[in-house]
Amino acid sequence: MQTIWKGKKISAMLGVLPEKEVFFDDEVGNYSFPEKQTLRLKRVMGYEKHRISRETSSAADFAVFGVRHMLKEGWILREEIGALVVVTLSPDYFVPHISNIVQGELGLLEDTLCVDMSQGCCGFLFGLMEAFMLLEHLRDKKVVLVNADILSHKVSHRDRNDYPLIGDAATVTIIENSSDQSEIYFEMHMDGAGREALKIPAGAFRMPSTADTGIMKDIGDGNFRSLDNMHMDGSAVFNFVQTKVPPLIQSVFKNTGYSVDDIDYFLFHQPNKFMLQKLAEKIGIPFEKLPMNLVENYGNPSGASIPLVTVHNLREQLKEKSYRCCLSAFGSGLAWGAMTMELGKLQNCEMIVSEL
Amino acid sequence: MDTIYDMLAEIKPEHDFKSSEDYIEDGLLDSFDLIALISMLEEEYHITVDALDIVPENFCDAQAIVNLVKNSGGAI
Repeated sequence: MQTIWKGKKISAMLGVLPEKEVFFDDEVGNYSFPEKQTLRLKRVMGYEKHRISRETSSAADFAVFGVRHMLKEGWILREEIGALVVVTLSPDYFVPHISNIVQGELGLLEDTLCVDMSQGCCGFLFGLMEAFMLLEHLRDKKVVLVNADILSHKVSHRDRNDYPLIGDAATVTIIENSSDQSEIYFEMHMDGAGREALKIPAGAFRMPSTADTGIMKDIGDGNFRSLDNMHMDGSAVFNFVQTKVPPLIQSVFKNTGYSVDDIDYFLFHQPNKFMLQKLAEKIGIPFEKLPMNLVENYGNPSGASIPLVTVHNLREQLKEKSYRCCLSAFGSGLAWGAMTMELGKLQNCEMIVSEL
Repeated sequence: MDTIYDMLAEIKPEHDFKSSEDYIEDGLLDSFDLIALISMLEEEYHITVDALDIVPENFCDAQAIVNLVKNSGGAI
């Protein structure tokens, strides 16, 4: 899919972090591999610390916390919210939906459209796409987009390949119509044939969770995982990203007329530092234009990664001026996509820490 | 070649790499081991391994790894 929007803008961004920081050095005992290699992986992958939510916290708790903060601080009024879009891989329930939970908890108006979307790594791009399409029908009302995930609850603590990377977080983004007619270019691709590369096998209707699906199994190299846990096929995902994303960005350049020099920031999904460095080398992006420090500070929060890396690195400057940005995400599905847009002159941009 | 074996032994001291004909097929190296090895190769030989060269056939044995270093511009 390729398309162009005009007259849309992001006006505010909020990052919501759990309070608990867990350091890689304190978790090394969970895994069994040599210390020298541990230290090397820490440096190469960007393992340092990650944010982990409480066992009792849910994605809806983060969504309510973030939207409540915006309402309380006057970032948006209830009557201005035309739609609430929640993108998550960690729903509280199959029913009701998180957007309805937020609506009910915060007393949003009955004509606020509530939509949940199940998407992972590309969740922010899908959320923006939904918001832009809804704004065609919402006149002067705005869309509140929540990206929230607590996937640490679904990753085995004894899985060296997955657990050090994961992080819990939410972001809330306000999107609205604008008199600015600059183009927003969007391109998205899918390959369901590769869907097994990122998977949580048990817990839904195909394979309900049972005592058996919860049994931890030795999967080699000292890693243990159950069918209830999320698994990423590291080699398959790496090859997919390095094969698909550079041509995607070249396609973006071709269709927009931009080059690397024309883009101020490349705000990419944050799987790990190694993968992002290899991508940057392949595309020819200077490292200073592509922030790759989310895993070392918070972990990879799935669909919240792009807004979170934006808020973490650029929150002060985005309140002052506008930058031409290329957003790109890639992962579960498999899906990979990119968007170019002017981002900045934000009315609000903030990172907050919750007790969740 | 000895340097390559030293690196492999550092990553997985419990394995005998000289007796394996295919490190990937035999399960001696997983994707995270490859990342560690690539990092060591890049530092030792002052090279940048192209992302598209990070495929199993370039890490199946010590000779393949030597060839990868050479193809990446390293003196080995």
